[in-house]
Parts: sequence; structure tokens; C-alpha cells
Amino acid sequence: MSATEVRASTGVVARGAKRATLAGRQARAGLLLALPSVALILVFFWGPVLYGLWLSLTDFDVYAIADPSAVRFIGLGNYLHAFSEPDFWNALRITLVYALVGAPVSVAVSLATALLVDAKTTRWKPFFRAVYFAPVVTTLVAVAIVWRYLYQPQYGLVNALLGKFGIPRIDWLGDPHWALPAILVLAVWKNFGYNLLIFVAGLQNVPRELHEAAELDGASGWQRFWNVTLPELAPVFLFVSVTTMINYFQLFAEPYVMTQGGPLKSTNSLVLLMYEQGFRWWRLGYAAALAFILFAVILGATAVQMRLQQREGRA
Amino acid sequence: MKPKPGALLLNAILIAGAFLTVAPLLWMLSASFMPTGQANSSPPPLLPSRVTFEHYRELFTHLSLSRAFANSLLVSVVGTLATLVTSSMAGYAFAKLKFPGREGLFRLLLTAMLVPAQVGMLPLFLMLKRLGLVNTYGGVLVPWLASVFGIFLVRQVAQAIPDDLLNSARLDGAGELRIYRSIVLPNLGPVLATLAVFVFMSSWNDFLWPLVILSDDRRYTLPVALASLVGEHVQDTELMMAGAVVTVLPVLALFVVLQRWYIRGVMAGSVKG
Repeated sequence: MSATEVRASTGVVARGAKRATLAGRQARAGLLLALPSVALILVFFWGPVLYGLWLSLTDFDVYAIADPSAVRFIGLGNYLHAFSEPDFWNALRITLVYALVGAPVSVAVSLATALLVDAKTTRWKPFFRAVYFAPVVTTLVAVAIVWRYLYQPQYGLVNALLGKFGIPRIDWLGDPHWALPAILVLAVWKNFGYNLLIFVAGLQNVPRELHEAAELDGASGWQRFWNVTLPELAPVFLFVSVTTMINYFQLFAEPYVMTQGGPLKSTNSLVLLMYEQGFRWWRLGYAAALAFILFAVILGATAVQMRLQQREGRA
Repeated sequence: MKPKPGALLLNAILIAGAFLTVAPLLWMLSASFMPTGQANSSPPPLLPSRVTFEHYRELFTHLSLSRAFANSLLVSVVGTLATLVTSSMAGYAFAKLKFPGREGLFRLLLTAMLVPAQVGMLPLFLMLKRLGLVNTYGGVLVPWLASVFGIFLVRQVAQAIPDDLLNSARLDGAGELRIYRSIVLPNLGPVLATLAVFVFMSSWNDFLWPLVILSDDRRYTLPVALASLVGEHVQDTELMMAGAVVTVLPVLALFVVLQRWYIRGVMAGSVKG
């Protein structure tokens, strides 16, 4: 660094040459400054991704950890194995429910709350925004444990509250029918504040004149929402629904802490299955294949959703 | 002026919603002060019959949660500092310094955001195992040393720094690294504050990676320690709630104090389209 400074201050150089050295210096500094990040991301992100692709084509298992020379290349064997496993199809189905039911519900809750928070007559807007956002910053593991106790059939607050309305006790996390919805409620509670914030910002960008014009034309509140607010919100809506869906595809800590994927594997997500196969049974080749299948599913679902919503936007 | 009934209803709904939202957190706090066994009675009590700190004492004496707390703090602080250094450097370089391969490299970095983190996780574990980094603080820190999101965020702001400012410094004979230090960095203050809050909270709350890479409970971060604690003490509701409070409170307090910076990060992240 001092060398560059010394060189910069020495002598008078011809203008053209000076510009050339300036450009050279800039290029060197640029590379130098970008290098740590680029190197770290190449080595610790792209490296593992490529290594993982290779891993998914091998039979890397618990024996290979002790003796890496025992690894054999098995082509698409792990992928074919996954497609023949009922556990895989079960996890895929449950992951799709998380992503295709949980995410839209979550987005709907965020949007509805955002509309209320943004309404003209709402007071203490910053207060509500902050309160609704609070669960987002909490530690997932900690609040999942809290909710585990809230869902406790005998002493949990959820059943106590529902009991007040005459609803009989439910064994939320112990009943295969209820465990998945229970986990989704936790996930929505934990996340909806994030999208709420983005929606509120988006709503504030909808020009007031559009609303006023619609009002003059005699449009009802619902019509205004449908014909003014929603189209104006379209880009925000697309962003929110895609990122939320991607997050729900990767659900892990909620079932890990609350149900360990049970009861009867009814909450077992793909990431949880991958974790168990990889780090409990050390079937790393198979687990790597599961990771790539998840990646492919996410890419596919994202592409479909973007196509659908863009078409909707144009229509 | 009297408020309209519609407005009253609206505010009432919002207050009810806010109460439902914080209720689990309030109950967590309340139960953590209950004497052992009180939370497991029917109907479930909302407030402690008498306030006790015994669970907190037990967590920090017998169960060595203080160690997990220190581990979490160490990982989050070092990770945040590392990300601030690497992202501010690279973000500025990608925004303002012309170097060969710049656009291609930037695109390669951005594509990384498309790949779910789990895809690289197992192979990264094997790589770090070979490097002897499994079950070390270094191993936990690896994903927090650089951040694509951070580079992206800094780049947005650095692009707004006027070229004239940089060029006149160059004409005054300032070296490129000196310009980064004394002109660029001061201009990046606010965005680095946002990034710091973001990275600190994400690393504090992270679970899957520390769970994978740590096997020795003396190096556990808080979320991993808590998840393993619940395995042994599932019956001790009040103790577990105290553990949850210890884990959640620092980030919640940080959020309340630094709200403004955090919210900026959420917004910046949402306009990347």
C-alpha cells in the first residue's frame, strides 16, 4: 500500500502515461479489494456446490469417511434410489405442502395486516409495525421450543384458549393430522412481519391520486383494492411470494425442534430428511443428491411462479 | 372530533393482533419466572405465583449456558466484523473500480444467491473436516466471513459516491487504498451499520450450520445448546423458557434499539429485482 502511495507522489509524469498508470492502479486496487470476498465465496461456496454435485454421483457413506478411497462413482444411482424411496416421496409431498400452502397463507396474512397498518385511520403505525415484526428477529429454535409448550395438549395455552370457545383438546404435535398445520402456524407467526414491512413500504408508494380518482368514480373499497392497489403492488407481490416460497421449501428447524419430523413422518421436510441421511446415517452421497433435488424443485417452482404472475400482470 | 366506528374497529383489530403476536413471547417471559412445576398445571397459569430466578441461576451455573452465550457472542461479533471488512472492500471495488473480469465475477457472486445454502452444506462439512476445522470456532465462522448480500448492499450505496470526489483525491496523489480508507469508508457508515445489525442477528439465530459442524457441547452456540437442552429437560418447562429468554432477549433488545437500521436492510433486500 505504501508503495502505491510513494509511486503516486513521485515526480512529474506525462499526462497520457499518468492516466494509464492510474487505470492500472485502479485495476490492481479493485482486484485486491474484491479478492477476499471473491476467494472466500469461490472456496467456501462454489467449491462445495461443485464438490456436492460430484458427491451426489458417488456412494460416499460412513465407510468413506474413514477411508476416502472406498468411494465409488455410481452415476445417477442416488437419484434413482431417492425416486424409489417412499420416505423421499413423503418428504417431497410435505415440503410441497409447506411451500404451496404455508407460503401463500403467510403472504396473505402479511398483506392483510399491511393493509390494516397502512389504513388512513390507523394510529401508532410505527408501534404496530415494530410489534408485528418482533417475532422475525427472534431465534427460531427458542420460539419453536416456546410453541412446543404452547401446543402441549394438557397444559398448553393454545388448547386452554380454544377450550374457552368450546373446542375440545387437540394433541397438536402428537396427531399426524394436526402436526403439520401446527408447524405452519408457528412458521407464519414467526415470518409474517417481514413481508408486512415490505408490503407497507409498497403501499406507501401507491400514488394517492390513483385512489382519489377511483373514489371519485364511485369505486368501493374492495374494488379499489382489486383494481388500484393490487396492480400497483404487483412487483412487490412477485418478489415477496417468490422469496417466501423459497424459504418455506427450506423449512428445517421448526420440525426438527418440535416433532423431529413425526408423528409418523407427517412433518418430515426434505431438508430434515437430508440432515438425517447425511449427519445421522452419514449417507453423504445420498444426502447430497437430496440437496440437488431440492434445488431443482425450488428452481422449477420459482420459474413457474414468475411465469404465472407475469402473465397475470400483463392480462 | 369523534373517531368513526370503522376506525375504532380497525384499531381494535390491530391491537388484538398485536397482543396475539407478542403473547407467546410474554408467556415465555412469565413462565421463566414461575416456580418449578407451576407451568404444568391446569388451567395454565398466566403469571408466576411467586417470582423466582432459580431457573436462570441453574442455567448459568450447572448447565453452563453462559459458555454457550459467550460462544454465540464470539461467533456473531467476529463474523459481523469479518463481513463488514470483506463486504465494504468488495462492494466498493465492484461499484467504482474498473478491473478485468469485474462484471463476470459480480454475476457469479449474485448467482450464489439462487442456490439454497443446504446444497453446499454437506460437502463444506467434508472439506472442513479435511482441514481440521470441524468442531472449531473457525468452522462455525466460515459461512459468515463474506456475504453476497453484503457486497450487493454496499455496492448500491457506493455507486452513489461522486466520481469527482474520488478523482480529485487521486489527483492530489492519494493511493487507491488510502481513498478506500479515508473517503469511501466514511461514506459507507449507514449501510455498514445496517449490514452489521443484519449479520449479527442472522449469525446469532443460525441453527443448521452450527448444529452440523459442532459436536463438542463446550463449543455449542446458544441455539444448538438450547436444542440439546430440551432433549434432556423437556419436562422442565420453566427452565426451558428461561433458556429461550436468554437466547431471544439479546437480539430482541438489539432490534428495539437499532430498529431503523434493521428495517433499512429489509427494504434494501427487497428492491434487488
